[in-house]
Amino acid sequence: MKRFKGFITKEFYHIFRDKRSLFILFGMPIAQIMLFGFAITNEINNVDIAILDHAKDINTTEIINKISASKHFNINQYIEKESDIEAIFKKGKIKAVLNFENDFSKKLVKEHQASIQLITDATDPNTANTISNYLNAILIQYQKEINQDITLNYQIIPQTRMVFNPELKSVYMFVPGVMTIILMLVSAMMTSISITKEKELGTMEILLVSPIKPIQVIVGKVFPYIFLSIINAIIIVTLSLFIFKMPIQGSILLLGLESVLFIITALSLGILISTISETQQTAMMISLMGLMLPVILLSGFIFPISSMPLPLQLISNIIPAKWFIIIIKGIMLKGVGIQFIWKETLILIGMTVFFIVLSVKNYKIRLE
Amino acid sequence: MSITVTNISKSYKNVEALKDVSFNVKSGELFGLIGPDGAGKTTLFRILTTLLKANSGTASVTGFDVVTDYKDIRNCVGYMPGKFSLYQDLTIEENLNFFATIFNTTLEENYELIKDIYVQIEPFKNRRAGQLSGGMKQKLALCCALIHKPKVLFLDEPTTGVDPVSRKEFWEMLKRLQQKHITILVSTPYMDEAALCDRIALIQDGEILQIDTPKAMISHHKKDIYNVSAHNMYQLINVLKQYKHQHSVYPFGAFVHYTDSRTDFNMADLKAYLESKSLSEIKIEKTLPTIEDTFMELATT
Repeated sequence: MKRFKGFITKEFYHIFRDKRSLFILFGMPIAQIMLFGFAITNEINNVDIAILDHAKDINTTEIINKISASKHFNINQYIEKESDIEAIFKKGKIKAVLNFENDFSKKLVKEHQASIQLITDATDPNTANTISNYLNAILIQYQKEINQDITLNYQIIPQTRMVFNPELKSVYMFVPGVMTIILMLVSAMMTSISITKEKELGTMEILLVSPIKPIQVIVGKVFPYIFLSIINAIIIVTLSLFIFKMPIQGSILLLGLESVLFIITALSLGILISTISETQQTAMMISLMGLMLPVILLSGFIFPISSMPLPLQLISNIIPAKWFIIIIKGIMLKGVGIQFIWKETLILIGMTVFFIVLSVKNYKIRLE
Repeated sequence: MSITVTNISKSYKNVEALKDVSFNVKSGELFGLIGPDGAGKTTLFRILTTLLKANSGTASVTGFDVVTDYKDIRNCVGYMPGKFSLYQDLTIEENLNFFATIFNTTLEENYELIKDIYVQIEPFKNRRAGQLSGGMKQKLALCCALIHKPKVLFLDEPTTGVDPVSRKEFWEMLKRLQQKHITILVSTPYMDEAALCDRIALIQDGEILQIDTPKAMISHHKKDIYNVSAHNMYQLINVLKQYKHQHSVYPFGAFVHYTDSRTDFNMADLKAYLESKSLSEIKIEKTLPTIEDTFMELATT
C-alpha cells in the first residue's frame, strides 16, 4: 500500500510539473465547452434582413414590427423595387429579403390569403434554411393571432413543437458531445502517453527490475487520471449549468456514476493503446486518429447516426462514445432513469472488461 | 557463485547479439565486461536482470534462475541501465524517496550504504534530475540502484559520457561498495577502467574473447609492443601497415602501437624503413602492454 501511495504521489508530480499536460487537462475542457457553446453554433442571431413593402398597410406593418422585435433579426434597410434585391444580396450583408405584395391587407380580407415572398441568400445553405424556418415560424405565429378574432375561419395552421430542446439551443446538443470528447481525450490519451513515456525514457526498465507488480504500475498510472477526469466532468457540467443554463432533467447521481463508468472505459482503452505502442508519439497518434476522429464523426455527436450509410452505422456500434452520448443525453435532456439506459450501460461495462482483459494479456513483464 | 551464465545465446531479427556466452562471477567480486559498442554487453545485462529472455542457455543470479525465478531476482538486485533512466522532472530527493518506497524501504534505512555518494549530491537535493550534470546524474542513479541494499549490482556503462574526474570518483565508490560485500557486474568500453576490476571478460561481437584478472591478461601478452611516433601520424600508420613484417598497427593515444611478426626484431630496421618512406622525427621505443593491447591482439586474430 505504501508502495502504491508512493507511486501515485510520483504521478501527481509528473502531471503538475508538465505544463503541456496540465493545459490539456484543464485548459482544453473549458476552451472546448466555451467554443462549442458560444462560437460553433447552429443558432442564428441578429441576422440582417431587408424589407420590400409594396403594400405599407396595417398587416404588413404588424408583421414587420414582429420581426424586428425578435432577437434573431435585425431590419437593416427598406428597399423600393425588385431590381434592388440582387444588388443588396451582392453586397453580402443582407441575408434575407421579405417582399410583401400590393394590397396585402385587402387581399387577406377579401380572398383570405395574401403572399409574401421570402428570398434568402443560400451561399450558406444551412443558415439560409434556418433563417427561412425562423421567419416562417414568426409568420405562422402572426397568422394564428389574426385568426383568433375571425370565428369562421377553418384554415389549418401547421403546429411545430420541438421537444426536449424547444428553443433548439445547440449548446444542449454539444454539452454531452464535448463532455464525451474531453473524458475520452483526458482519460485515454493522457494515460497512454504517460505509460509509454516510462517506456520511452527507460524508467520502465528500472520499474520492471523492481519488486513493484505490473498491475500496481498500471493502476498507479491510471488512478490520478480517474480523479482528474472526474474533476473535469464536474467542471463541464457546472459550466453548462451556470453559463449555458442547461438543465439536468435526470438524476445527478446517475449522471455521475455513468460518467465514472465511461472514464474507466476510456482509461482501459488508454492502457490497451499503451501496450501496443512503444513511443509517446505513436500513443498520441493512435489516440487522436483512432479515438478522437470516430468520437467526433461516428458517435452521433455532430452527425446523426440514422442518416449515415449502413456500414458506418454498424461501425458506430463499436465506438464507446456513441453509447455514452445516448446515456447522457437521456439523463440530461430527457430525464430518464436507469430502466431506459441499462442496455447502453451494459454495453459500456462489457467493452471495459474486454479492453482490460486484452491489456492484461498484452502487458509485457519483460522488454520484449 | 553470485552470477552464473551458461551457454547463453540471443539473437534479434537477423543480428546475433550473443553467441554461446558462459562465465561466472563470484560473490563479492567486481567483474568487468569490457568491449566496444555493439559487443552485446547491454543484451547480456538485460538477460541477467530478467528484462530479456535468451534464445538458449541458462543463467542464474544469487541462485535464482533468470526466467523462472524472475520475481526473486527483481527483489534483490540493483540495476543501472546505460541510458540515464530516472525521472527527470523529479528532484534528487524525490527520485530517491520514490525508489525507496517501491523497494519497501526508506532513505534512512540503508543510508550507511549510499552515504559516501549521497553527500556529494546532497547540496543539490532539490534540483530536478534533468538539470544535473552527467557525473551527478550517474551518482544519483547509483544511489537509486543501491537504495534497497542489493546483493548484486548491475552497472551498464556507468561512466560513458562522464568526465575523467567523475569517472575516477565513480570507480573509487565501486571499490568501497565491494568492501560492503556487494557483487558488482560492470560494463565499460574504456579499457583503462578494466585494470580496476578483480576479473574481466573481453567481449566482442557477442563472443567472450578471454576471461582473466587484468594482471594475468596483460602478462599473457606474447609479443613486444613498440610506441612509434613521427611528424605525420596518419602517413605513419599507412606506411607501417604496408611494412611486410608488421603484425599489428593501431593508434594508441599520442603513439602508434606496433608489433612485429619476427622474433629477431630490431628497431633500427624499422627506423630505416620509415626513413626510406620519407618520414621524419621518428621515435621508436618498447612499451608495456595494456588491456587494450590484449583486446586488439584477441580481436584481430
